[in-house]
Amino acid sequence: MDAAVLAVEALGKSFGPVRAVDDLTFEVHPGRVTGFLGPNGSGKTTTLRMLLGLVRPTDGRALVGGRPYGDHPVPGALVGAALEATGFHPGRTGLGHLTAYAPQVGVDRARCREVLELVGLGPAGDRKVGGYSLGMRQRLGLATALLADPPALLLDEPANGLDPEGIVWLRGFLRHLAAEGRTVLVSSHVLAEVQHTVDDVVVIAKGRLVHASSLAELAALAGVSTYVETPDPAGLAALCAQRGWVAAPRDRGTQVDDVDAATVGAAAHAAGLELHQLTTRGADLEDVFLRLTGAAS
Amino acid sequence: MSPTAPTLNRFGVALLAEWRKLTSTALWWVLGVGMAAYLAFMGAVLAFTFAAAPPSPDTPAITGVDAALAVLGTLNAIGYVFPLLVGTLLVTTEVRHRTLTQSLLVEPRRGVLLGAKLVVAAAVGLLYGVLGVVGLLATSAPVLELVGDGIFLTDPAVLRVLGLGILVTGLWAVLGAAFGAVVPNQVAAIVAVLAFTQFVEPIARLGLSAVDSLSGVAAFLPGAAADAVVGASLFGEISGGGGDLLPGWAGALVLLAYAAVLTVVGRWTTFARDVA
Repeated sequence: MDAAVLAVEALGKSFGPVRAVDDLTFEVHPGRVTGFLGPNGSGKTTTLRMLLGLVRPTDGRALVGGRPYGDHPVPGALVGAALEATGFHPGRTGLGHLTAYAPQVGVDRARCREVLELVGLGPAGDRKVGGYSLGMRQRLGLATALLADPPALLLDEPANGLDPEGIVWLRGFLRHLAAEGRTVLVSSHVLAEVQHTVDDVVVIAKGRLVHASSLAELAALAGVSTYVETPDPAGLAALCAQRGWVAAPRDRGTQVDDVDAATVGAAAHAAGLELHQLTTRGADLEDVFLRLTGAAS
Repeated sequence: MSPTAPTLNRFGVALLAEWRKLTSTALWWVLGVGMAAYLAFMGAVLAFTFAAAPPSPDTPAITGVDAALAVLGTLNAIGYVFPLLVGTLLVTTEVRHRTLTQSLLVEPRRGVLLGAKLVVAAAVGLLYGVLGVVGLLATSAPVLELVGDGIFLTDPAVLRVLGLGILVTGLWAVLGAAFGAVVPNQVAAIVAVLAFTQFVEPIARLGLSAVDSLSGVAAFLPGAAADAVVGASLFGEISGGGGDLLPGWAGALVLLAYAAVLTVVGRWTTFARDVA
């Protein structure tokens, strides 16, 4: 089995009476960016921690390359991970942090400098982490994950605290890493945040799987709609009724579901209806995401 | 097995990582310098006390090599809180600053992580022992040479006390790390270490030695066991001889037994839990 395939099999975890993760099964493959999505508290972090051997599953298995994480000879060189709650000693420099963890993933000091440059922390590496912004800490976490140039990356909410420029940079960087053939798993509680980055999505809610597919298949669930503004709402309503379209007021105009802009435009033209705006609204993934995760609650 | 995975001596790299974690923050040298400075101060005070004490009819004056031994034997009794703290902090800082996650990502075998911490604790403890000796000698040697009968640095008994003092300082650091594994809450651990060393144990030793049937028990307290290793004690001097101490080898075994029990408890509590 490919060393970089992450697999979760009938995974479950109970904390006392709370079922944090329940009967969860999915796989994450190399060469793609996979979004691991779910509302806060849906069990994402617990699942990631079980994949990394930090939390012991109550049921099922979480495997890296067909084996539990801890069974690999140098696990930190196989999977680079940046988890949300991972801390840094405020009195240690960024470089000091990396060099402390370097021996156990088999890299030297020069590589530590290299990854600092790679994540845009070059000169800040000699400063103490206590003075870092949240965004800089995110970058240092990413640098730590990249230390051993691992074939798989597992990043928990990596966009948190990054400025818009940083988010664009991260997006390109993750795409680049996946294009090199790596497995990239990125968790987020906001689909919009990773919508332009991911190829595949795994959606969980209340600890259970609610959806796993490519992003394109998820988008297909959303359908299309057309937004129309007209000075003659009554005329538009009559047109929709005549054609059997579902229309609803939205913003300052009307939203017509499951019909594209060209069809609405042609019909309005034929009916002599004046239009001021006619726009196809792309698939609203966030709506689908909320529907999927909401249905589970 | 991943074909490209490098093979590493896991315990070796864990030791290197622990050493780098320790030396990449200011704590280790601040505590080390603090220990040397404190012992330098106490060394001067004690050397003057022994060398310049007026003759008294009750207590015979401590002179000659005995004065040197009395001063240099205090390395453990006065300085042991420093290695105990550095050992404890070696474990508790990882919990306090949540770096334990990263440490377990690069070494999921928790026994290896804890074992490496114990070994590095021993190393830094021995280093603290040397720093403490340097501090003690820096002030007591000139005072005893000028005012007293000399420091007798080549005397086998003096060398033995210094060597055992360094050894027992190393043991204190190991005990500290093992204690940190049992009480990972940093504030609680520091308060417990200070309270035990400064109040609980001294009072317990006085109290137990006052009751005939319990006086043997006091020898098994960690401070008394450490005193036994060195064979000299400030407490012993004050209370008129350390007659209740164990033999030196037994004292070392008692300290190691404390460390072993705490390590096992820590391994199956703090180091067995989910890290969330």
